[in-house]
Amino acid sequence: MNLRPDLAIIARHVRPGARVLDVGCGDGDLMAALRDGRGVDARGLELDATNVALAMARGLPVIQGDADSDLAGYPDQSFDYAILSQTLQTARAPDRVLEELLRIGRRAFVSFPNFAHWRVRLSLLWGGRMPVTRLLPERWYDTPNIHHLTIDDFRAHLRERAITVEGAWFLSGDKNTGGAAANFLAEHAVFLLTRNPSR
Amino acid sequence: MLTTPSDLDQRFGLARRVTLPGPLRLDSGALLAPVDIAYETYGTLAPDGENALLLCHALTMDQHVAGPNPRTGKPGWWTRMVGPGRPIDTDRYFVICANVLGSCMGSSGPASIDAATGRPYAMAFPVITIRDMVRAQAMLLDHLGVARLAAVVGGSMGGMQALSWAATYPDRVRAAVVIASTARHTAQNIAFHEVGRQAVMADPRWNGGDYYGGEPPAAGLAVARMAAHITYLSEAGLTEKFGRRLQAREHKSFGFDADFQVESYLRYQGLSFTDRFDANSYLYITRAMDYFDLAEEHGGLLAQAFRGAGTRFCLVSFDTDWLYPTADSRSIVQALNAAGAPASFVELSSPYGHDAFLLDSPELERLVGGFLRAGR
Repeated sequence: MNLRPDLAIIARHVRPGARVLDVGCGDGDLMAALRDGRGVDARGLELDATNVALAMARGLPVIQGDADSDLAGYPDQSFDYAILSQTLQTARAPDRVLEELLRIGRRAFVSFPNFAHWRVRLSLLWGGRMPVTRLLPERWYDTPNIHHLTIDDFRAHLRERAITVEGAWFLSGDKNTGGAAANFLAEHAVFLLTRNPSR
Repeated sequence: MLTTPSDLDQRFGLARRVTLPGPLRLDSGALLAPVDIAYETYGTLAPDGENALLLCHALTMDQHVAGPNPRTGKPGWWTRMVGPGRPIDTDRYFVICANVLGSCMGSSGPASIDAATGRPYAMAFPVITIRDMVRAQAMLLDHLGVARLAAVVGGSMGGMQALSWAATYPDRVRAAVVIASTARHTAQNIAFHEVGRQAVMADPRWNGGDYYGGEPPAAGLAVARMAAHITYLSEAGLTEKFGRRLQAREHKSFGFDADFQVESYLRYQGLSFTDRFDANSYLYITRAMDYFDLAEEHGGLLAQAFRGAGTRFCLVSFDTDWLYPTADSRSIVQALNAAGAPASFVELSSPYGHDAFLLDSPELERLVGGFLRAGR
């Protein structure tokens, strides 16, 4: 299976046999890869009923629900990893969703599109228009992305909330790029976070 | 274990009935003996016994889930879902469907003969619960040599039984499919059932339940069915099907005939129901549903019902079902999450209300099939 590049990074770094909650799991590509490739006990949460039905038909345990409202029912530290891929920027309260991920999971993978990528900057600076790019294909009125953030915004937020970064990966054109100029060069980012750095 | 192929074993096949000595201890404390169970099986029980799947039927349904109904000649009530090559594949699974305790299609119920008196039990039949129905099914499985179920599947009241199975016999259930159902009857659910029961009891022919051998309280039972039938449909579905259209007339009659198509339809539904269902059974089974509250059975905490269960769960609701709305399924899902049980849940879209689970739904068929395949 050809996983989306940010999902492939996550899949490579999940410990085999782990318990995983994939929040915003879509039709279950990552869950299926984790289950079949790494013997992971993967559970999913997904808003869209069609995606949920597709994932269920693949035999994946997926619950139709909303990251903003339906994470509260999961007990503390009940998963090794909570995963939120390309969903943070669509949440009504992304800061609370992030806190929930770190409550439910010992670690959290978070991936999001970087709104400070140079192509996005150019579009706004020279074109004077909201960017429509490969990773941000929607226009201003039909985009699900309601909380735009940059890699530097996210790093600042993690510092404020005393969240530890255990790993970070930056992608440009589906290739890895360095961390130093990531805020300018990376189209999207994957972070591995924890509140329990000693473990 | 079994040495003969199951198609030669008299215990297996269509239109079976067994009398088990019991006694069955009921939630009320009463003992029931003997216990008759009418059932059907489809497919072949694997030598290791691990391919058994129990189907639980809804309030007024029967054991003829995929085989023709011997009384009406009509095909089974869930042939879309159950059969060779269907999502519940009888080439693969050994499917069992039993008429619930308290019903009137061959299992022990108020119309059965009480051995102590030689007369029908009528209202002397003990009040039963959903868990009692499940216990009777477990007795049947013992009789059939089925130790463990690959899955238990049910919609509506069948879903209540599936939940009760997982809570009562967690070691005997590997997977549970719960469609358009609930973990407890709400005040509104109880209210509608009470209207139905009072309609039956208000019919003079009901006679305190003692009508066997005479005329049954058909008028009361028909009204009960009419009221219940409304709860199985959605407002949009009724509007689309009937609107305010008149029945075989140009103008309102300024009388109390069935002027409207919807009246005529409901009257037909009510009357045809009385041909196939016993009024006392209707009282007993609706009572069992009203008493159902799985959390109450587990210290008030629904998650407690699923603690330590190795069962996988699949829940499905329908967006227009106002009898057991999506919120009911969601509260079950939350309890399953809290208990750490593997669970799937989706709300499907349908114009047909509660009845949607019995109607053509390729999406439902696909995901039930996928869920069951994943367990192998």
